[in-house]
Amino acid sequence: MRAFRAILAKDLRTELRTLESVPAMALFAVTTFVLFRFGLDRKELEGSLAAGVLLATVLFASLLAINRVFVAEREQGGFDAIRLAPVDGTALFAAKVTVLVIYLTALELVAVPMFAFFFGGTEGMFVLVGVLLLANVGVATLGTIVSSIAVNSRARDLIAPLLLLPLLIPLMIAAAGAAEPLLAEGGPSYDDLGKWTAVLALYDLVFIALGYAVYDFLLED
Amino acid sequence: MSFKAPRILPVLTVAVLTAGFVLVFFYAPNDADQGFVQKIFYLHVPLGIMALVGFMIAAVQSILHLRSGDPKWDVRSYVSIHISIIFGLAVLITGSIWARASWGKWWVWEEPTLVSFLIVFLLYCTYYPLRYAIEDRERQARYASVFAITAGAFVPLNFMAVRLAETLVHPRVFATSEGGLPPKMMFTFLVCIAGAALLWETLIRYELAAKTSRAKLSRLRRALGGDGVSTGGSRIAPVPREGEA
Repeated sequence: MRAFRAILAKDLRTELRTLESVPAMALFAVTTFVLFRFGLDRKELEGSLAAGVLLATVLFASLLAINRVFVAEREQGGFDAIRLAPVDGTALFAAKVTVLVIYLTALELVAVPMFAFFFGGTEGMFVLVGVLLLANVGVATLGTIVSSIAVNSRARDLIAPLLLLPLLIPLMIAAAGAAEPLLAEGGPSYDDLGKWTAVLALYDLVFIALGYAVYDFLLED
Repeated sequence: MSFKAPRILPVLTVAVLTAGFVLVFFYAPNDADQGFVQKIFYLHVPLGIMALVGFMIAAVQSILHLRSGDPKWDVRSYVSIHISIIFGLAVLITGSIWARASWGKWWVWEEPTLVSFLIVFLLYCTYYPLRYAIEDRERQARYASVFAITAGAFVPLNFMAVRLAETLVHPRVFATSEGGLPPKMMFTFLVCIAGAALLWETLIRYELAAKTSRAKLSRLRRALGGDGVSTGGSRIAPVPREGEA
């Protein structure tokens, strides 16, 4: 637990001092919204189109952080330090998942209001934040597993998105299924919200358990 | 660790597959709804089931690899995924042909099983670039196993999510669940599944035997001093190593 807190604090401090990931993600998201505005030629978005644009943008923006989350560990010997220290490798896993969840939440604090500002549809946003939080946990968990694999490969920036995007399709299905009625034209409705949040929660749980089980093998040298 | 080419298995496979196709064309009745076209079901569904079962087998072999550290399981897991991807490609092609014949379109997003299968197929296709990107053999094997386990857990979740997304708007157009099959079709279908399973296992055995003999050949060449001779070995595929004889 102490190791977890130490790694988490170190990562958050580094991010606060360098501002490497979160501002870049936010800027990426806002620019992508503008791209969609012209790509789709729509000034207002609702329902499935709104859910798709918002979620796809957040997922692609998350790739920026996921690609970077282990770079410092690899280049400056963080992995060796963890291996040498008498701590469980899962502390690193838990800390990185938490860091990514915090990054993603910070990203959404910018992206969701900007989305509402650009495309309208503010009513369902509060429930939407809950859905996004559940999705964040899944993205962060799979992102951590995939990023640990990718960072030790030759084609680092290529492997992470390549592996991650297919793994995130079910998460996208569930999150979009929940978000679509929330962003529907003429006010939010809460159909199927329970079903999709259950799917998201199950997805999160399965991959947290899996990451916990296999993570030590990714740390061995 | 060395794998020998199978002897009886290929004969059995050919026999069961031939019996299966005879049953398909001369014994199983034509579908009342779709007629002759429906017979592609006896090829498409068994291949699909075997591909998915193969991915699951690969996940189990990967767990065994991580637990024991024995490279034998990595080779097996690699070959299982390899053959299952080939089966998967055949499933997508036959599925597409079936969709064209029965719905008039080459691809139907309304058919959840086909869409789930595509997603699974795309995920497993990334297995090769993943292996290719990691140079250290042992680490490559370990990471590939982690991938195979993750993907194995992903398969059922993915099928569930896609199915849930589709039943919302579209009820299943026609159920191919085994419960609805008349006995003659059911029997034919079971023979075809057995045929697909035997084919999968035969291809696995041949692939493993080919890998063993390729590794043996390259060792012999090295022993003869022919350093410059290329052995055609791949950098992605794990190589079976000979035990101390």
